[in-house]
Amino acid sequence: MEMQSVRSFASALALGATLLASQAMAKSDITIAMQLEPPHLDPTSAAAQAIDSVVYTNIFEGLTRFMGDGSVVPGLAESWEISGDGTQYTFKLREGVTFHDGTAMDAEDVKFSLDRALTEDSANAQKALFAGIESVEVIDPLTVKVTLAAPNGNFLFNLAWGDAVIVASESIGDIKTNPVGTGAFTFGEWVQGDSITLNRNPEYWGDQPALETATFKFISDPTAAFAAMMAEDIDVFDNFPAPENLPQFEADPRFQVLVGSTEGETILSTNNKQPPFDDIRVRQALAHAIDRQAIIDGAMFGYGTPIGTHFAPHNPAYVDLTGNSAHDPEKAKALLAEAGFADGIETTLHLPPPSYARRGGEIIAAQLAEVGIKAEIINVEWAQWLESVFKGKDFGLTIVSHTEPMDIGIYARPDYYFQYDSLDFQTLMDTLNTTTDPEERSKLLGEAQRLIAADYVNGYLFQLAKLGVAKAGVQGLWENAPTAAIDLTAISWSE
Amino acid sequence: MLRYSLKRLLSLIISLAVASVVIFGVIEVAPGDPASFMLGVNAQPDTLAALRAELGLDVSKLQRYFNWVGGMLTGDFGTSYTYRTPVSQMIADRLWVSLPLALYALTLSTLIAFPAGIYAAARRGKPGDLAVMGATQLGIAVPNFWFAMMLVLIFAINLRWFNAGGFVGWETGFWTGLHSLTLPAIALALPQAAILARVMRSSLLDILGEDFMRTARAKGLSRRQALWRHGVRNALIPVLTIIGLQFSFLLAGSIIIEQVFYLPGLGRLVFQAISARDLIVVESVVMLLVFAVITVNFLVDLAYAAVDPRLRSRT
Repeated sequence: MEMQSVRSFASALALGATLLASQAMAKSDITIAMQLEPPHLDPTSAAAQAIDSVVYTNIFEGLTRFMGDGSVVPGLAESWEISGDGTQYTFKLREGVTFHDGTAMDAEDVKFSLDRALTEDSANAQKALFAGIESVEVIDPLTVKVTLAAPNGNFLFNLAWGDAVIVASESIGDIKTNPVGTGAFTFGEWVQGDSITLNRNPEYWGDQPALETATFKFISDPTAAFAAMMAEDIDVFDNFPAPENLPQFEADPRFQVLVGSTEGETILSTNNKQPPFDDIRVRQALAHAIDRQAIIDGAMFGYGTPIGTHFAPHNPAYVDLTGNSAHDPEKAKALLAEAGFADGIETTLHLPPPSYARRGGEIIAAQLAEVGIKAEIINVEWAQWLESVFKGKDFGLTIVSHTEPMDIGIYARPDYYFQYDSLDFQTLMDTLNTTTDPEERSKLLGEAQRLIAADYVNGYLFQLAKLGVAKAGVQGLWENAPTAAIDLTAISWSE
Repeated sequence: MLRYSLKRLLSLIISLAVASVVIFGVIEVAPGDPASFMLGVNAQPDTLAALRAELGLDVSKLQRYFNWVGGMLTGDFGTSYTYRTPVSQMIADRLWVSLPLALYALTLSTLIAFPAGIYAAARRGKPGDLAVMGATQLGIAVPNFWFAMMLVLIFAINLRWFNAGGFVGWETGFWTGLHSLTLPAIALALPQAAILARVMRSSLLDILGEDFMRTARAKGLSRRQALWRHGVRNALIPVLTIIGLQFSFLLAGSIIIEQVFYLPGLGRLVFQAISARDLIVVESVVMLLVFAVITVNFLVDLAYAAVDPRLRSRT
């Protein structure tokens, strides 16, 4: 048995939080705007990121949790032991943790939550995260043992997702409208279509947050978002939807602009099974036809980091492969001619609603036209996109930002909508999943990145930036978005 | 009168039945599945199937249609797929914003249009008339969301008299509630007022040429007295018809204004529900609006018939 000590890090964190809390004696309420309203408040039964933005680490906590820098630290589990073969995790739970309804959080709740995600009729949108779990066993009220079918190097990372938070059987019935968790904030009120209010939880097991109340407001229209911020109706806008207005906020001393990174790899997804894209030369031609910087400048007003593979540049295992698909229209034309399409090709480009797709799509279509690829733009809503592109695979090209963290594994699924079917890659992923040594994992991840870049599976465009606007006095906001979350516990007002 | 009323009632029921089929058909035909929308790209097939069963989407379309209509007849509008709250409650909540907003806008538009229309008619062809007509032309041409943005820029961002959007809720008091609806109400009212003022003016000009107006003048009333005592009252009939139409437009058609001012009203509810494929919400809200319009028309028909007996023998 190998013991993993995490206590010291946790106490360092706690110290940091105390320092922050003692600084802030000023304002204790905050109004945070976001574009989309959550459909309901159960992060364990829907994919909507808006749910996580409101509840993650605020209302609900998991055994482990993400920090703003993307690291995974202990949450409700204060420490754990991993068996030598990597298949058994024994979690030691924190003592004295209660749910907002006063009931104690113990090993039974952990078992209930994980079993619930695993069952046949589970509505968990990320059920695959739990797929390797063979059994969950209660050892004593504060100890729980999870047995995996095979070692999984991602397991602690997976448990940090919002979809893996700990819920109680007592309050599961109306969790969607009245969420009861263990977090530092309790659910206050939801005026549907307008706002959600959270209040500080005086019984919280950890340090008391600086904020007393937080109100989330939902403003979907980019013009309205700009006006609300300018009129100072709101204090923070998470993921500000109009990058063209950011210079104005930067120049205004009343505001601060936070530019960070998300887990969103924005790609020109290509239907690998649909001719002519089943020919690697055609896909390579696509890659060389694209001028990433022009797209970032034109569609995102300069915000975004070019990527050459499906991996986040801020991850230590990232390999810069942008050179592999440098902008070279002449080469693209030559490749097309070589593949037998000297006269060019015609295809479709399906664009979902976000501006990265709609604006980026116009630019990409123009760039492709220069090398003789005529892409017909088809604007779709998300529901249509899911139906015809994602499920029906009825598309040539589409632009999507894949926002799940560490999701290179989707390339190992031949039935995934871009239909990349490579035995080499699938074997590589199997090896990666059973590897726990960090160094070895980095090496394998590097290989995986190189493989999908060399196969030109998709056009890799840029890492989506996280653009936040806040009043100057707000501190502790996450700059990056390792997961969709607005971590209220760290937020405070400066004097 | 009774036979006439029954006939009208029958046509009301037929209209509603046809509307329900059309609404259901159009909305169900649109591609997209509520369950896949909610579960996103990593959902597994068994998870999707479980959710579809939970939402009652696993039965045939015909069955769903009859469940929906049957529910509505007993006052049950169904439960929203995404919000998981009863649709009737959601509609009631949103009406508390949309209905007052529509009434507020209608009041403002009437308050602007009546004096403007009467003034223009009284000064036909003179500079005052031309000024009013020019302004109304502009009011009709410029879309209400542009007005909305200008109002926000001036009164919310620069002058800080109002919030840029949002609704504070009636529980904070009637006047604060009204205050937060003022900018959207003005933005909605201006184009409507422009239309109404033109109708008021032309209707009044028609009346001014009538024989009874000449008689009134002959009896010794001044131009102004005749205008106010006999002209305006008779000119009101077409104006009231327009106001009735505008009200249903304001209630159902303020989607863009509700987006610009992020108001939790009916329009925004429908907008969100359409993109989330929350079919039951879209169907029920649209059906309710159709019901409201058809019922208002039915009552207007009855009222006309009560006033004008000639209408009863017709149709």
